[in-house]
Amino acid sequence: MNTILVIAQNTFRESVRDKVLYNLLFFAVLLVASSLIIGELSLNQEKLIIPRMGLSVMLFFGGLIAIFIGTGLVYKEIDKRTIYAMLAKPIGRGEFILGKFFGLGLTLLVNCLVMLSGILLSYAILSYNTDGSVAIAWALIPAGYLIFLQLLLIVAIGLLFSSFSSPALSITLSIIIYIIGSLSKDLPVFAQTIPFIITKYLALFLYYILPNFSNFNYITYVAQGNMIPLNDILTVTLYAVIYTTLLLVATIAIFQKRNFK
Amino acid sequence: MKTVIEIDNLCKDYMVGFWRPKPQRALNNLSLQVNEGEIFGFLGGNGAGKTTTLKILMTLMFPTSGSAKILGKSIDDLEMRKQIGYLPEAPYFYDYLTAKEFLDYCGKIFGLSNDARNRRINELLKLVDLDFAADRQLRKFSKGMLQRIGIAQALVNDPKIVFMDEPMSGLDPIGRREVREIIRSLREQGKTIFFSTHILSDVEVLCDRVAILRKGDLAGYGKLSELEGSRDATMEISVQGISNENLPHFCAKAQKVVQTASGLQIQIPDQSHIDEILLLVRKYDGKIISINPVKTALEDFFVKEKTSSLTKQALV
Repeated sequence: MNTILVIAQNTFRESVRDKVLYNLLFFAVLLVASSLIIGELSLNQEKLIIPRMGLSVMLFFGGLIAIFIGTGLVYKEIDKRTIYAMLAKPIGRGEFILGKFFGLGLTLLVNCLVMLSGILLSYAILSYNTDGSVAIAWALIPAGYLIFLQLLLIVAIGLLFSSFSSPALSITLSIIIYIIGSLSKDLPVFAQTIPFIITKYLALFLYYILPNFSNFNYITYVAQGNMIPLNDILTVTLYAVIYTTLLLVATIAIFQKRNFK
Repeated sequence: MKTVIEIDNLCKDYMVGFWRPKPQRALNNLSLQVNEGEIFGFLGGNGAGKTTTLKILMTLMFPTSGSAKILGKSIDDLEMRKQIGYLPEAPYFYDYLTAKEFLDYCGKIFGLSNDARNRRINELLKLVDLDFAADRQLRKFSKGMLQRIGIAQALVNDPKIVFMDEPMSGLDPIGRREVREIIRSLREQGKTIFFSTHILSDVEVLCDRVAILRKGDLAGYGKLSELEGSRDATMEISVQGISNENLPHFCAKAQKVVQTASGLQIQIPDQSHIDEILLLVRKYDGKIISINPVKTALEDFFVKEKTSSLTKQALV
């Protein structure tokens, strides 16, 4: 446990010192801030615009960090040969993967918190004294939490691909999985309308095997002033934990057998 | 004497080819033992299997067959790993960390306390002469400095055995001498050092025993003096005052005759031919300048078809 924590701390430090992260964070904060202007122009629609735009930006930039840094986490260690000295120390390969995962998870948590604070601040400035604004503000926090869970799942997908393929392929595969996973809820409906049996079963297979990212998406729901039911939050949390755990177990199983030439 | 490293019939095959991969043997039935407190040299040319062996011992690779033990424990025992150190070949570390932060990170992995880490980091930075760069990021380190921080990280846990893959590569003559001194001082502290190299001079001044690998096979194993004894002592005789018309007489007796600005350099296969050349020099009014043994280069030793008489015999 101590080893995982030490590796996670170092991974977090690596992210913090990575200039790419700051570029992304800068643009994210800039976009959240620009929602202030857009909100002003939206004729009393700021209650809808700011949460929607803010949370979407949080998901988009968080997703970029999760995919681009997540897929490079292990590959970079192998490519730069930093892994040689580390794995010769008393570090289990599983501990190494978990340390990397939690390290980037911590980075994403800090990012989400910074961005959520920005969204809340923009919202507070524009919606001050508006009816129902406090309720929406409170609803943004669980919505942000679910985005964070979604990002952790994306990191786990990226880690799995990077345990056996190059970063370019890992990034492509992760993005494909994310896109299909986001449209996942439509797959059963799609399957019913297709006459071809193979395509039908393929659509159903993808529906059951791929993560359903629409489970995490409460952006529009929250922007309309609704509070996410606690039951939904718990169910989605459980779903994320189980799916992420399975992905990490698969990643570790592949990584355990890997030869570092 | 206690055996601390035991390698038993270790084999490693790499799969070569994309469509129909075929196994290519990189290491063939390697068996050897290293005793406590000795400096053991692991010699071989490029592609001989040195790094493969070290990577198997460090569990960075898995052997195709065979086994190895370190300190009597299986090589994948994490508790045993607390007692060893490893310097990889051409090391590269987290370049966003400073030297101090990197050593601190390594110390934390070994579970050292704050005080123990701070004390050890200061000792090690002094030992590898990097205390002036303690707060410098590793990305600003030269190749030699990286090699030295690599040695420091391998020693952070005060290991009983230190494995080093080409510790002198990339170092200037002063750096190499310093690393040699560090290796000697480690032996004085009772540590066992297992290092790979292709530079014979490093081995000659440091090692108690060596193993020589050639294309994955153990070509020699034992004390260096005995291995050297098995090598042909080629001699080189420098002479002056021999005219060109007499050259064929020398060519007939010598392995190689080279004309230089200062005279002739005559190479003969061994000492038994010296007298013949001396007689010829006297006969044709020449003058002997020097007679020197030419140490057979390691590469020559490797390319020899027949391995030494010590092949695959432990000479403890």
